[in-house]
Amino acid sequence: MSVVVRDCSYVLVHVPSFIRYGSKPYRDISVNGGPGRDLEKKIYERVRTYEEVVAYPPNQVFIGNLHPDALRDISQPWYEHPVPGAKRQGKFGEIFPEDEFYGWMKVADDFDLIWLTPEFIQTVRQKLASSPFANEVQLKKLGPGTPLDKILHKVEDDSALPLYHDGAVVGSIRRDHDADDSLKAHILLENLLAKTSGALVMYHLFKRAGMKPEEVDFILSCSEEAVGDRYNRGGGSLSKAIGEMCHCINATGHDIKAFCAAPLHAILDAASLVEAGVFNHVVVVGGGCLAKIGMKYSSHLKHQMPILEDVLAGIAFWVTKDDGINPIIRLDCIGKHPIGAASNQQAIMTSLVLKPLNKIGKKMMEIDRYATEMHNPEVTLPAGSGNTPYTNYKIMGALAAMAGEISPSSIEEFVKTKGMPGFSPTQGHVPAAVPFLGHALEAMREGRMKTTLFVAKGSLFLGRMSQLSDGMSFLLERNPKNKVE
Amino acid sequence: MFKGKKAIVIGERDGVPGPAIAQCLLAAGAEIAYVTTECFV
Repeated sequence: MSVVVRDCSYVLVHVPSFIRYGSKPYRDISVNGGPGRDLEKKIYERVRTYEEVVAYPPNQVFIGNLHPDALRDISQPWYEHPVPGAKRQGKFGEIFPEDEFYGWMKVADDFDLIWLTPEFIQTVRQKLASSPFANEVQLKKLGPGTPLDKILHKVEDDSALPLYHDGAVVGSIRRDHDADDSLKAHILLENLLAKTSGALVMYHLFKRAGMKPEEVDFILSCSEEAVGDRYNRGGGSLSKAIGEMCHCINATGHDIKAFCAAPLHAILDAASLVEAGVFNHVVVVGGGCLAKIGMKYSSHLKHQMPILEDVLAGIAFWVTKDDGINPIIRLDCIGKHPIGAASNQQAIMTSLVLKPLNKIGKKMMEIDRYATEMHNPEVTLPAGSGNTPYTNYKIMGALAAMAGEISPSSIEEFVKTKGMPGFSPTQGHVPAAVPFLGHALEAMREGRMKTTLFVAKGSLFLGRMSQLSDGMSFLLERNPKNKVE
Repeated sequence: MFKGKKAIVIGERDGVPGPAIAQCLLAAGAEIAYVTTECFV
């Protein structure tokens, strides 16, 4: 094996004003008349401040300032127990505030889709000017701004969506065609948010890894959006759009679409390209998903909680040749859920866990940790969706018991020692095992851990073309040439 | 047990998928009117 994950980065973007444009809130608020207006008001009485989002323990885990295990020692609800002295900068990335993100959206916009008022542009220009990622060309793209009356006129004639910050209209995003649903304002907003957050996490990858953008050969996007037009609704290549914004002048790329399991599919593809010698440096990048914002708002309102799905998430990984230091991807231990396999959980987990491990002569209990669907349970439990990581770890534990490796009474111990609490924003692709990759990289570099199996599933059935599930897994292993203890 | 009955089956990705539930109901004699799996996370 000669492929490593050399580095990674993770970002969050606090986007409270975009909760109204998440798929579920948008549909519910769009109900005509009083009910819609009242609902929007109720939602906006429960949004968190940026400071609260920064100090939220799962978010600090996501950007690398806390280990996932630390969540076991923090009382719940976590949103009532902020991390003292929490910083926006983390070991793996950063938590961006909304106003700065608007500036980056304008930088990402190559079609004048976004208008921002001159006053707001002035605010964001100052913030971006002090960012290590913004150059003069990008700051120039902010432009002078568009007067508010022109923005409101565009919104009133129904060709633009208003953009808000702190309760006020600060801009708009327009449609780019009057008869193409793929280019309507809401879809373009979704795509632009994925592009922008994807670029921010890629900037962080280069900074953290000391990598030059021009070193990148190939980019694989695993984001959840459908960039395209009416003749090709998911035509894609958000990968190349993100790469362009990040100055990857020697790269091209394409998009991996595999529902929630896309990050693992993308990492497998990246590793295969490097192993085959086709490319040397492949970056896997996932931008945030607007559609998932506020998905469970109604249960959070019902339980008088803050609206917890208020962040976009970005993930990025650098896959390259063995450097003798970083953990290797065991390409001889890849798990897939084949078309001919049954759909029950035992069949899925056998395909993704038992079979690949057996292939290399390993038992389940030999693996130090398992990373699975890492959804933050505080988000999902109030909605009746359960504690997703816990459910998956129990199934794995049951599998280990059925394989005779542990007794059924030890399943909870398996969950505790081989698993971890969930902490990832519920952004679809983002929680799919990879939130733990940064923590695993660190532990393996420093000799504190040897192996992690990353296991994730994809919900193909949601597209109504197949009843099949999907899933992928890969084993990350401490580099045998790395002798650091 | 379900002979002569029709079933609408809704499964959950991280729980029991629809097709798996449907197989059990078929074995118990039901006619499957509709089956889907949803993903609420």
